[in-house]
Amino acid sequence: MRIAVDLDLCQGHGVCESEASGIFELGKGRTVTLLDPSPGEDRRAEVEAAVRFCPTTALQILEEE
Amino acid sequence: MTIAVERKEPPRVSGGEEDNGHLEELRVDPIGLMQRVRAECGDVGVFRLAGRDVVLATGAGANEFFFRAPEEVLDQAEAYPFMTPVFGEGVVFDASPERRREMLHNQALRDKFMRGHAATIAAEVEQMVAGWADEGEIDLLDWFAELTIYTSSACLVGKRFRAELDKRFAELYHDLEQGTDAIAYVDPYAPIESFRRRDAARIGLVALVQAIMDRRAMETPPADDDRDLLDVLMSITNDDGTPRFLADEVTGMFISMMFAGHHTTSGTAAWTLVELLRHPEQMDAVTTELTGLYAGGAEVSYQALRAMPRLESSIKEALRLHPPLILLLRVAKEDVECDGFLIREGQMVGASPAVSNRIPEDFPDPDAFVPERYLEPREEDRSNPWTWIPFGAGRHRCVGATFAMMQLKAIFSVLMLDWEFELAQPPDSYRNDHSKMVVQMQQPCRVRYRRKS
Repeated sequence: MRIAVDLDLCQGHGVCESEASGIFELGKGRTVTLLDPSPGEDRRAEVEAAVRFCPTTALQILEEE
Repeated sequence: MTIAVERKEPPRVSGGEEDNGHLEELRVDPIGLMQRVRAECGDVGVFRLAGRDVVLATGAGANEFFFRAPEEVLDQAEAYPFMTPVFGEGVVFDASPERRREMLHNQALRDKFMRGHAATIAAEVEQMVAGWADEGEIDLLDWFAELTIYTSSACLVGKRFRAELDKRFAELYHDLEQGTDAIAYVDPYAPIESFRRRDAARIGLVALVQAIMDRRAMETPPADDDRDLLDVLMSITNDDGTPRFLADEVTGMFISMMFAGHHTTSGTAAWTLVELLRHPEQMDAVTTELTGLYAGGAEVSYQALRAMPRLESSIKEALRLHPPLILLLRVAKEDVECDGFLIREGQMVGASPAVSNRIPEDFPDPDAFVPERYLEPREEDRSNPWTWIPFGAGRHRCVGATFAMMQLKAIFSVLMLDWEFELAQPPDSYRNDHSKMVVQMQQPCRVRYRRKS
């Protein structure tokens, strides 16, 4: 899977960082940084939670062909 | 051969022949006016507000344009003239877009602080109900407005500051919120009673903050870990050693930090309770859910951050039917196109949660309280990101939305486990007062409480 972020929408709440640490990082930034844009399948549940609970619906999972 | 692309002027709504256009109608029946714009004009239509056009967007396409537009195209600064006398010069809407973005990104709202806030909020509710007898009556506006002054000051400024506040702060704050008559679009300092009270209230709040600052200046400063935002602001000095921030500016900062989360949360708490009391089967579902979740002795600070589908759906439905902000405004900084229509530089542009949230194509049975519409698989909030807009949407979406939901869940967790409620008035007598830009529940709005046996 590949993760896409719409930085137009990201407000830097950091929910994704809490749900899937090591993949998303907020740090001191205003918007999220993708540490791992193509995480392994073993992280799918965490990434799906990050996508689902993102308060601004800025995240998407793009399935790879 | 060239083809001239003509961008259409948006249609205009009927009425508004007076000097100030539709101002009077906006002050009396704003939702009726905005619904008429949609009915007569469609997704994009114009009404007149004190010498200016307001291009009103409703529906998914026009709303998406509105919410995606950057600050440089649709600017908030000039759109809310009624806020400058409330906040004070140099605070929030008087600052540049860049500065405002910085200030709005409040550290306290980040996810990692939420659990601490949940505990703080639960403790504030406990403290308020500690003063209750086994049964009695409260006014929803007064009670929730006071509670949310304590919760927002404790979470956003700090518990040390909160401990120095009492009902007086809440009452003055209420006068500020009431000082938001749309007449401000003609003159924010017009000689009317609500503006006079607004200005007196701001002076009163500055005096309360000044007294707190004077007291602190006499005391030994607290340890670094115990410092709140006021301690931090007081410790900042100019090069010559004088304090950088005086009470007036500090008060303005606190007023603005608390503003967005105050009347909004207070009103939503009141409406959620009223709607649940109007729909006993929904109240039962929520009570059963809460009883189950807390049966194992979970702390509110833990549980309020977790899923409560029934309560969350009821809060969302209260927000959809009674959005605390009914009209969001911007000013166009350049000519732009919205849904095929031309918006000219200098025109105001509006989006209306009150109208968009009830579009029947997106929300079947739009006027009914149906929390089930948020449960899987319907999820009408997620499937209508540009019309389910009680928190706005996109880049301008309320930065406090998550905090607000957590707060409401914490409040109802405490209230509904130990207390039961009953409407003290006819069910249809609860309504909003739309005479000010800050919408609040119209008084009287009383309910009875009784301790559960």
